[in-house]
Formats: sequence, C-alpha cells, structure tokens
Amino acid sequence: MTLTRRWRITLRAVALGYLALLLLAPVGVIFYRTFEHGVGAVWDSITTPAAVSAFWLTVEVAAIAVPLNTIFGIVMAMALARGRFRGKWLLNAAIDLPFAISPIVIGLALVLVFGVNGWFGGALADAGIKVIFSVPGIVLATIFVSLPFVVREVTPVLREVGDEQEQVAATLGANGWQTFWRITLPAIRWGIAYGVVLSVARAIGEFGAVSVVSGKIAGETQTLTLLVENRYGNYDVSGAYAAATLLALIALATLLAMTLIKPRREENE
Amino acid sequence: MIAATNITKRFGDYVALDDVSLEVPDGSLTALLGPSGSGKSTLLRIIGGLESPDEGSVQINGEEATTISPQRRGIGFVFQHYAAFKHMTVHDNVAFGLKIRKQPKARVKERVDELLGIVGLAGYAARYPSQLSGGQRQRMALARALAVEPRVLLLDEPFGALDAKVRAELREWLRRLHEEVHVTTLLVTHDQEEAMSIADHIAVMDHGKIEQVGAPRDLYDQPANSFVMSFLGPVSKLGTKLVRPHDIALSQHAIEGAAQAMVSRVVHLGFEVRVDLMLAEGQAVEVQLTRHEADELELSSGDIVWLRTAGAAALRA
Repeated sequence: MTLTRRWRITLRAVALGYLALLLLAPVGVIFYRTFEHGVGAVWDSITTPAAVSAFWLTVEVAAIAVPLNTIFGIVMAMALARGRFRGKWLLNAAIDLPFAISPIVIGLALVLVFGVNGWFGGALADAGIKVIFSVPGIVLATIFVSLPFVVREVTPVLREVGDEQEQVAATLGANGWQTFWRITLPAIRWGIAYGVVLSVARAIGEFGAVSVVSGKIAGETQTLTLLVENRYGNYDVSGAYAAATLLALIALATLLAMTLIKPRREENE
Repeated sequence: MIAATNITKRFGDYVALDDVSLEVPDGSLTALLGPSGSGKSTLLRIIGGLESPDEGSVQINGEEATTISPQRRGIGFVFQHYAAFKHMTVHDNVAFGLKIRKQPKARVKERVDELLGIVGLAGYAARYPSQLSGGQRQRMALARALAVEPRVLLLDEPFGALDAKVRAELREWLRRLHEEVHVTTLLVTHDQEEAMSIADHIAVMDHGKIEQVGAPRDLYDQPANSFVMSFLGPVSKLGTKLVRPHDIALSQHAIEGAAQAMVSRVVHLGFEVRVDLMLAEGQAVEVQLTRHEADELELSSGDIVWLRTAGAAALRA
C-alpha cells in the first residue's frame, strides 16, 4: 500500500498524539508532580517505615511469584507447543482465565477458598497458617493474575522455532535435559525475557486482587499499590505520587536489566 | 546395512507407509525417490528413530533398532531447512555432538577443523549460521552430522531449499564427499535428476509403497511399471506403448506399419530439439532429437513424418 506524503504525516501525528495523550502525559505529570517540591521531600516520603515495608513486600511478592510463573510458563508452553494430548484446547483456554476474570473477583474467590470460613481456611488455620490478610494470600493473588504472560510469550516462539533443532540434537546424542538446556532454552530466551518483564510489571502493579486478600495492614500487608491508594485516600497527594514513581522505577529497572543482558548480536535470520 | 522390514505407519486414517521393506547396502548412497505424500520422508524418519512405526522393524548393521531412541541409533540426520543451531557459531554447531560425548577440548577442535576443511568451510568457524548462505549452512549441517561418525547418514531433501545452481553444485560435492567418507547414506528427494545423478541405488516410492528398487540406469531402461517410467523421465504414448521421447526416430519417407504424424511445433533447446507431433488419430506425441538429427530432417511445422521406436524401454500402457 502506498500513501501520499500528507497521509503518512497525518497518520504518524495521530498515532503519536494518541500515545502522548493517553500514556506519556499522565506518566509525565506524575513525575513532574513528584519532584515539584524537590528531591528531599520525595526521599522523606519514600523512606517512611510504611513505605520501606511496602517496597520490600512488593519486591518479595514479585520475587516469589515471577520465578514460579516463569518455570510454570515454560513447562506449559512446551506442553502446548510440542505435546499431543487430549483436552489441550481446554488447558489452552484455562490459561487465559486470569485475563478474563476481574482481579476483584479473583481476590474474592481466594477468600472463599482460603479464608477463615473457606474450603481450606479451617484446616490451614488449625495448622497455624494464615493465608488471607497475610503475605501468602498476596503471593497467591499475584501468581494468579500474572500467570498467563510467560506462557503466552513463549508458546508462539516455540512454535516458530519448530522442533527440528531438537531432533538434530537428539540424533547427535543429546538427552532430553541436555537438549532443553543447550538448544530449546537459548532459542526461546527472548520470549521468556519479555514474558518476565510483563509478569514483573503485572505483579508489582496488581491492585484489585491484592487489595481484597491483603487486609491492608500498614507495615505488614501493604504493597506499594495499596500504599499509593492509602495515601491518596488520606489526601497525601504528593506522598501518593512519590510512591507511584517508585513503582514506575522498579518497572523501568526490570526493563533495563532485560535490555542489558541482551547480547550485542541478533542471531535472527 | 540398513534394513527396514514390513513397515506400516498410519496417521489417523491415512496410511503413510503400507508394508514397506527396504535394504540399504553398506557404503551405498541410496535415494528414496517419489512425489510428495509418497511416504519417503516418513520412512526416513522411522529409520532415524524420529518416528516410530505401527508395524515392522528397523535394523542397523544387523542390530535391532526399532525401539532404540535416535540418541543411541548412531545416525546422522540432515534436514531440508538445515536446522542450524542459530545461537551457536559454526564451530559450536559442528562440535555439538562431540561436546555431548565429553571429548577433550583439543580433540574437539582438531576434529571440527578437519570437518570444516572437508566441507569447504575452513575459516568460517567463528561465524553464525545467519552469516552463511543456504548452501554453506547445509554443508555445516553435514559436517555436524558427520562429526559423531554415524553408522548411517540420513538426508531429508537436503538440497530442496536451495536454488538450482547451488543445488547442482552440492549434488556433485555430496557425490565426491561420499566417495571420500563412504558412510552408508540414504537420501530423500522428489527430484529424479538429483536421484539419478548422485545415487548408486534408487527406491521409487508412490502412495506408501516401494514400486521398484535398482541402479539408476536399470530403473530408467527397465521400469517395472508406468509410474516408475514416467517418474524417472519424460514419456510419450505411441499407440498402446509408452516410449521415451528420445527413443522415437522420425523419417520423412513412408515406412510400412509405422505411425504417421504431422509436425505441430519444433522447439530448439540448445543441443536438444523437441518436436511436438500430432498423430493421424489426433493424439499428441513428444519426440526428442539431437540437434544433428533435427538439422538433417529440416523439419518445420506442417510436415508429415513417420515414427518408429528405436530404443529399449517401452511399456504396454
């Protein structure tokens, strides 16, 4: 399709304007408002005991949820792309459930299953394990909402790479484990990396499901998103902005880390 | 020697291989030739252990191999689309099997250098597959397969993804390589010219069955049936007989009992001249002449000629 110059420029302007209005402007405003009163005020605001605790809780939850979902995601992607079994379509559909269900509903469902009056709640309470209104509940909710990302990033890459390299490795004497580590994993590593970035962003940014199961105990079960909401609700607008910026910085750091480990040479065809 | 005995393979209702038996003699370069869907690749994959047969058995060098994993079968496999390990250099691709076998580093390097020399890729060790041409990638894939000293080499349409010129060069090269290395080789192709030019044995397949096995010349001169005859080269139908177009001689003088035809077109293809004829009963026939023969006849369209068969291969249609 060829477009006239005028049309190309118009389309470009519309696309950039759309991005600017909906993405860049709000994020920019947050940064601007955060540092409006200087860096010192921001520093004070994010080093309060509640903020520090929320930061570490967020990191801790992501550090548990994301690796688990990464391992699960790779296994599921292998099953979906390579496996031949009955009910594959059902599994494929089930993986998208966290996308389809509202996070609030996920949170409520977890309360129904693990809450004190839930299915397992009584047994867990007897064993001295508290899930709801505690960190395990937040971890479960986060795992649930960030589950599909790695699967959905890795499956198409596996399909595109095909299984001939794996078959060649087998004929050259490699066992399944060696083939996975030396052939499959390097071939899908960018799919995994993007899946991890998306999972981290979702994990640290989750609000709805976490808000239902956390109990929002400051210094204990308050994550960064909950802290933002709490401060905003208490008319501490600049405090909310500072916490929001901290959230954004974690996401940026993840993205940067992924970009840095990417090799200089792209080996695509 | 590779022996596949009474192999049957179904994919759902589709019968890919129907009670097929094949023997590949030691040190030979055998081609499995057939149209797509004839089952030739499936047979190759079963011999390589990448697919398991529903019935039948595979033996390699006298050892039962039907249930042995490809990992332990002692085979080298080369795919049409190279299956290069894209994240590894040429050296690491070729070294893969040796490293899996935990060979000492110095030995690996020595062997890889030797192989890269054999396949004409010396000096390319540090490159990545994406920096090689298709023909170079396929030679790298061959070196990689040869590195582990396989008992048999299995090639699945190895030149199918290359353009005509490179394909012809690699055919020649493979033929010479085989004379040097002498590993028992089974090659799948749908290209009769490729099979004829490099294989010493050809098994012609169609619809999940082997139609005929033999030396290229025998298949060409004594085809078992009309399928083999027409798959191995052009065929003209003369009355009730199938004849090679170059086995028909033309005469401008009436011959007793010979078929009469009118020249409809003369096409000069360099050394070869193709003559399209129309028989008296309205049937089209194609004849191949050498340039000399055509010059002597001075044919032009509209001429009346008499046809007789001159060569050996002729089948009742």
